[in-house]
Amino acid sequence: MNPGLTRFVIIVVYLSLLLFLGFFASKLFRGTRKDYMLASNSIGPFLLLMSIFGTTMTAFALVGSSGESWKEGIGVYGMLASSSGIIHSLCFFMIGVKLWALGRRYGYTTQIQYFRDRLQTDVIGIILFPILVGLIIPYLLIGVMAGGTVMNQMTDGAFATKEKTLPKTARPLAESATEIAASYKAALVELKEENEEGVEKNLANAKAQIIELWGYRERVLKSLKDDKKLSEQQIQALSEKEINGLVAKTLAKPPSTYGALPKWLGSLMICGVVLIYVFFGGMRGTAWANAFQTIVFMILGVVTFCFLAFALGAKDKTGVGAAEGSGLMAHLQGATEKVTPETKLKTMVGIWSRIARGAASEDKEAQAEATGLAVKIKPLKEVKEFRTRKEMSFLKFLTYMFVPLSVGMFPHLFQHWLTAKDAKSFKTPVICHPIFIMIVWVPCVLIGIWGTTTPYAGSPNGILVYLVKIKTGALLGGFLAAGILAAIMSSLDSQFLCIGTMFTTDIVNHYRPGRFSDKQQVWIARAFIIGVVIVTYFLSLANLTSVFTLGVWCFSGFSALFPLVFACVYWKRLTTAGAYACVLAVGASWLGFFYHAYSTSKTPDQFRSYSVVVGGYETMPVFWMILASTAAMVLVSLMTPRMDEQHLSRFFPENKA
Amino acid sequence: MKNVVWGLVILLIILHQDYWYWYSDRQVFGFMPIGLFYHAMISVGAGITWYLATVFAWPEGLDNVQPEEEGSVTGSEVVE
Repeated sequence: MNPGLTRFVIIVVYLSLLLFLGFFASKLFRGTRKDYMLASNSIGPFLLLMSIFGTTMTAFALVGSSGESWKEGIGVYGMLASSSGIIHSLCFFMIGVKLWALGRRYGYTTQIQYFRDRLQTDVIGIILFPILVGLIIPYLLIGVMAGGTVMNQMTDGAFATKEKTLPKTARPLAESATEIAASYKAALVELKEENEEGVEKNLANAKAQIIELWGYRERVLKSLKDDKKLSEQQIQALSEKEINGLVAKTLAKPPSTYGALPKWLGSLMICGVVLIYVFFGGMRGTAWANAFQTIVFMILGVVTFCFLAFALGAKDKTGVGAAEGSGLMAHLQGATEKVTPETKLKTMVGIWSRIARGAASEDKEAQAEATGLAVKIKPLKEVKEFRTRKEMSFLKFLTYMFVPLSVGMFPHLFQHWLTAKDAKSFKTPVICHPIFIMIVWVPCVLIGIWGTTTPYAGSPNGILVYLVKIKTGALLGGFLAAGILAAIMSSLDSQFLCIGTMFTTDIVNHYRPGRFSDKQQVWIARAFIIGVVIVTYFLSLANLTSVFTLGVWCFSGFSALFPLVFACVYWKRLTTAGAYACVLAVGASWLGFFYHAYSTSKTPDQFRSYSVVVGGYETMPVFWMILASTAAMVLVSLMTPRMDEQHLSRFFPENKA
Repeated sequence: MKNVVWGLVILLIILHQDYWYWYSDRQVFGFMPIGLFYHAMISVGAGITWYLATVFAWPEGLDNVQPEEEGSVTGSEVVE
């Protein structure tokens, strides 16, 4: 069995296990709306911990964390993970427990029910509903698209009927490879002399030679002509800068697969499996599946880490790394020891010299191997310091701390909170969440920086899949693919269920109270879930890769709404008008920053990592959005009459006489 | 003790901004960059702090929360 097929079989077995779990959970279904949407408030501490953790850790936990660290270095842990450990638990403790109590007391199922009741207005629901759904949909899309891509990449070659044909080089390979190796060698000399300009110049030389070797420029222009995207005249009018931009885009594309499961089919399988266990199992099935999947991706993450440490930490040709036969610790040290700009350049010199030798040999097999290797290697953009945070902005790091506040406003998390059996069930998630984040993220961040010593040069999100495919066996690759899919699906399921619940509760049942029986409401929720899955799946087929850049923007939107939920829970002086002002400020500031980022960013990467520069310092837009929403909410609340004390006493029991 | 717990949470948030290790290339145990190790310890510290919070600062009166107005918010429930 070829490696791609082995991985495919493991993935199918894993998906079948999930279906089995969903069917088993459905056997315990009591047939009521409350059971379908909230598992009859029966979830204990362990399941609550696993389901909340699985829901907050998206595909980003494994794929994104290693990718970001491969791109930015170790600083991403502090920026995204340790801050989340503090803030997420803070939200569970301060917001989650209180909302659970109110939800239990007054029978809420969704966040909007709470806001409508607390603020005594129907309009807040009408305003919040499209905002919350609008912010979740890009997430669903990211999950479905990422699932398809992982399936596609991991099953590369599974269904190949003949050998993959390699593209032809535009110039003799041996000659070009020698020149490229020489450029990297010259960059290495300049690096030792600390001449940054010299390093950049030689890297640019190597890049130009690689572009020439594969005729990237000609290929881009030809594809524009063939695809009839631009007329002949428009192509002629393209400036040098525009052509270079198109070439850079082509270079950034992930390596194409051959004989793999198509992305559309991969996404369809993911959607199908999630739909089936959410459809039959409801919240109980989702919680069980989340717990199972969280265990899977945590264990497999650590196992992969150990395997990759042995593979990447072994002694290489430059003499750096652990000696053969040494243990895990020596390999861990070897892997990190290699993470220096020098090693990166030395690796490039070594690889291109090897390609040059292979291409110049008489042996046809060696020539084909050299071409196969050369086609995978993209030019090195820059040499960075990955073991420190030298190149990270401190103020951006600081203001990033506001992003994890988003969990306080996630509607799908609100629903999970309400499933808790009692308030005590929250204690385990509050304590263990930061530790669990560490268990998943530290290995991934280390894998990411180790990955910088390999010739991989595709998109950041592809580094983990690349390393597993190249450096480990098919069996582990299959298990890790299952682990990544587990992380993806453990968020997708909650989001699908949440949107179905919101439609049923906040729209259908709210505007047609008493019209539908309990059982009918379950079926309405199921119908909505099917609809949402279908719409998301078809949207994912449009392959809107730009959706991936929306991730942090969605988080920022939820975070900016955090002051609203916080004030609802803790601030009696909040008024309905203050709440409207808060939502309005979030909408205006979010749209303003979004428009500015869109109109000023030249690449998707710039758009994704957009920051607000104040006095020469980089800050995250979320900081300003929260400031705006809080200021608007407080000012307007103080300017408008207090809410009725009797009404408030329902939410602040200490007011009761 | 409650105030100590909240003090620890604020301390954690301050310690999180570790400008002092920003440029350090020291490796803990020979393989873990100090900037990463320090923040892993922040995660452990967060776990301990939240444990203390659940012991000393847990909100009161939540042990026996009972539904008061079941059905009033979600719309009346029709029994088949």
